[in-house]
Amino acid sequence: MPGMRIGRKVIEQAQFVCERVAETARLMVGVPDYEAYVTHRKALHPSLPVMTYEEFFRERQDARYSVSNGRMRGCC
Amino acid sequence: MTLREKLTWGGVALLGALSFAIVALARGESVNAAWLVVASTCIYFIAYRFYAVFIADKVFGVDAKRLTPAYRRNDGLDYVPTNRWVLFGHHFAAIAGAGPLVGPVLAAQMGYLPGTLWILAGVVFAGAVQDMTVLFLSTRRDGKSLADMIRAEMGPVAGAIGAVGVLLICIIVLAVLALVVVNALKGSPWGTFTVACTIPIAIFMGIYCRFIRVGRIGEMSVIGVALLLLSLVYGRTVAETPEIAVWFDLSGPDLALLVIAYGFVASVLPVWLLLAPRDYLSTFLKIGTILLLAIGIIIVRPNLEMPALTKFIDGTGPVWSGSIFPFLFITIACGAVSGWHSLIASGTTPKMIENENQIALIGYGAMLMESAVAIMAMIAACVIHPGIYFAMNSGGAAIGTDVVAAAQTISNWGFAVTPDMLTQVANEIGEKTILSRTGGAPTLAVGMATILSAFLGGKVLAAIWYHFAILFEALFILTTVDAGTRVCRFLIQDIVGNVIPSFRATESWVNTIVGSALSCLLWGYFLYAGVIDPLGGIWTMWPLFGTANQMLAAIALVLCTVVLFKMKKQRTAWVTIVPTVWLVICTVTAGLEKVFDPDWKVGFVANANRFADALAAGKVLAPAKNVGEMSRIIFNNYLDAGLSLLFAIIVVAVVIFGIIEVIKALGSPKDTTHEVGGALAAGE
Repeated sequence: MPGMRIGRKVIEQAQFVCERVAETARLMVGVPDYEAYVTHRKALHPSLPVMTYEEFFRERQDARYSVSNGRMRGCC
Repeated sequence: MTLREKLTWGGVALLGALSFAIVALARGESVNAAWLVVASTCIYFIAYRFYAVFIADKVFGVDAKRLTPAYRRNDGLDYVPTNRWVLFGHHFAAIAGAGPLVGPVLAAQMGYLPGTLWILAGVVFAGAVQDMTVLFLSTRRDGKSLADMIRAEMGPVAGAIGAVGVLLICIIVLAVLALVVVNALKGSPWGTFTVACTIPIAIFMGIYCRFIRVGRIGEMSVIGVALLLLSLVYGRTVAETPEIAVWFDLSGPDLALLVIAYGFVASVLPVWLLLAPRDYLSTFLKIGTILLLAIGIIIVRPNLEMPALTKFIDGTGPVWSGSIFPFLFITIACGAVSGWHSLIASGTTPKMIENENQIALIGYGAMLMESAVAIMAMIAACVIHPGIYFAMNSGGAAIGTDVVAAAQTISNWGFAVTPDMLTQVANEIGEKTILSRTGGAPTLAVGMATILSAFLGGKVLAAIWYHFAILFEALFILTTVDAGTRVCRFLIQDIVGNVIPSFRATESWVNTIVGSALSCLLWGYFLYAGVIDPLGGIWTMWPLFGTANQMLAAIALVLCTVVLFKMKKQRTAWVTIVPTVWLVICTVTAGLEKVFDPDWKVGFVANANRFADALAAGKVLAPAKNVGEMSRIIFNNYLDAGLSLLFAIIVVAVVIFGIIEVIKALGSPKDTTHEVGGALAAGE
C-alpha cells in the first residue's frame, strides 16, 4: 500500500526532526549527544572505560561552568 | 545562477525595497509593524545569500576538505562533530541575551527609524561579519579563545590589553544588567516575589537533576517551568495581600544590595546547585519567549505608534544623553554588532562545527537571527503609546514623580498623554506606577504584554504577560550575574596572579571567596551608583556599557583584519576593515565626548565640574541633597570619565598594534598566520 508507506515516511521524518530538536535543546545547555560519545569511545578507545550517562552528565555540567581553562560564556 | 534563481532573488529584493520604502518614508500616519518585519527579512536573506557566501568563499576561501577541530580532536565531549542545524541552535542560544532586547528599546527615543537602520546596516556589514570571521579564525586554530588568538597573532602586550578590556566590559555589563533588574523590580511586590521564587525552584531542580533523576533535563525543566508559572500566578495574590506584599515591596538601593549579595553567594556555590538549573530554565524560557513574540508580531501585526523620527535626534532625549552620532551606535550594540559574540564564536562552537563550509550559516546566520530579535524588541517598544514610553523611560529628575506632572512634561515634549492614561496602564499591568521604570525591560514587558494579550487572553491576562516578561528577563540576567561574577573572578585571579602566583589556584576556597567578593565589589559599586542616580542610572550607565561592548568588537575586528593580511588576503580585507574603522571612530568619539564634552549632560568631567563649582560656592545642587552626596556625585563622574578615557585608549592601542602587524604582514612574501591543521598537518 503506497499510502501507508508515505505515512510511515512522514512519521520517520517527524521522529528525526523531534530527535534533532531535543538534541539542540540539550546542547543549548551544554550537554552534547551521549550516544555520539559512546560510539566515539568504543571506536577509538575500546580498551578504556566509558562513562555512564549519569557520569557523563555530571562531567559536562561541571565543564560547562568552569571558567578556568579559557571558557567564556557571553551574556548579551 | 539559473534564471529562476535570478527571478526569485530579484523578487525578494523588490519586496524588501518596497517594504523598506513604506517604513522609511511614512510621515504622520502610523505604519504597520509587518512592513518592518518583511523589509528586514528580505534584507537578511539577501545579505546571507550574497554577502555571507561571498565572504566564506572568496575572502576566507573555506576548504570543505579540511578537517575541522571537531574531527581533528574528537573526544566525544568538547570536540564533537555536530549537525549544523543543531549547532546553529546552540550558537544562537549562546549569543542571544538581554542586550538585543534592551538596546533597541532605549534607542526608540529617537523614533523607530534611526535604530532600525543601524540594526540592519550594522548586522550585515559589522556584527555578522565579526561573528563569522572570529568563528573562522578559531575553527582554524583548534577552537582557541579570542584572548589566545590575540596573543598568538598580535603579541603578548596586545593580548594583555585585550584581557584588561574584557575585565572592564565584564564589570560594566554586570552592573548595567543588574541595574535593569533592579529598576524593573523596585516597588513591585509581584515581580520581586516571582523572581525570588526562582531561587528555591532552581535549587530544587539542581538537586533533582544531580542526584534524584540524574541528567533528566527535559523532565526537570518541565517541572521547573510549571513551578515558575505557578509562582507567577500566585504573585498577584502576594501583591494584593498587604501583609505579605510588604516583604517584597523593596526600594532600589535595598534591591541592589540583595542582588550584590546574591551574586556573591551564587558564585561561590557549586555550579550544579543554582547556576546550572537556572541556566537551563532561562535558556529554554528565552528561546520560547522569542518564538512566542515572533508569532505574536506576525499574528497581531500591530501599528507602530512611535513616529519614525522624534525631536530627540538632536541629542536632548530623556532616556540617554547624546546625539545620533556616535551615541545611537553605542546604544544599540547587540543586535547590530556585539563584542561579546567574539568570545562565544571562539568558545564552544568552533569545537563542534562539522565542516568549514558551515561557517557562514552558523556565524553569520545566527547573528542575523539575533538582529531579528532586536527588530522585534524595537517593534515591542514602538507599539506602545509614545507618551507612555517616555513616562517609563525618563528619570524622576526629568519628569517628576507624580502622574500629573509627568503627563504635563511629556505632553510639552509633543507626545500628548493624560495622567489617566498613565494610571490606567499601571492598573492594567498590575503595578502601582509606571513612572521612571528605566532600563528597557519594563517597557519591553509592556510592549510584549500589549502584543501577546492581543492574541492570547485579552486585557485580563495583560498583567500576567507583563510579569511573565519581567520574570523572563530577570531570570536570564540573574544567570548572567552569577556566571559573569565567576568569569570576573577568574580574570581578577589571572591578573593578580601575575603578582601573587598563589592567588591563581582556582581550587582554593580562600581565593574563591576573595575573588568573588572583589568582583562583586567592583560591579556592585557601579550598580549602586546607578541605582541612586536621580537621572535613572541607565541615562549615565548605558552609554558606558555600549562603549565597552563596541570596544571589544573593535578589538576583535582588528584581530580579524590582521589575520586576513597575514593570510595575504589584503585585497579582500576591506570586509573587516570597513566595520573596524567605523567602530573605532564610534567608540573613540564616544569615549572622548563622554570625557571632554562641555555639555554636562554628555561630558562626565563637565558634570563633575558643575557640582564642584557649586560645592565651592557653598551651594547644594539638585539632585544631591547634602554635601556628602555632592562629593559622591563628583567622584563618580570622575570615575566614569576615567573609564571612558581608558576605553578610548585601549581601542587606539590595539589599533596601533594592529597596524604594526599589518605592515609586517605586507612585508612578508608568504602566509604568516598561526593556523593548525590543513594540508601541512594532514600527515599528523
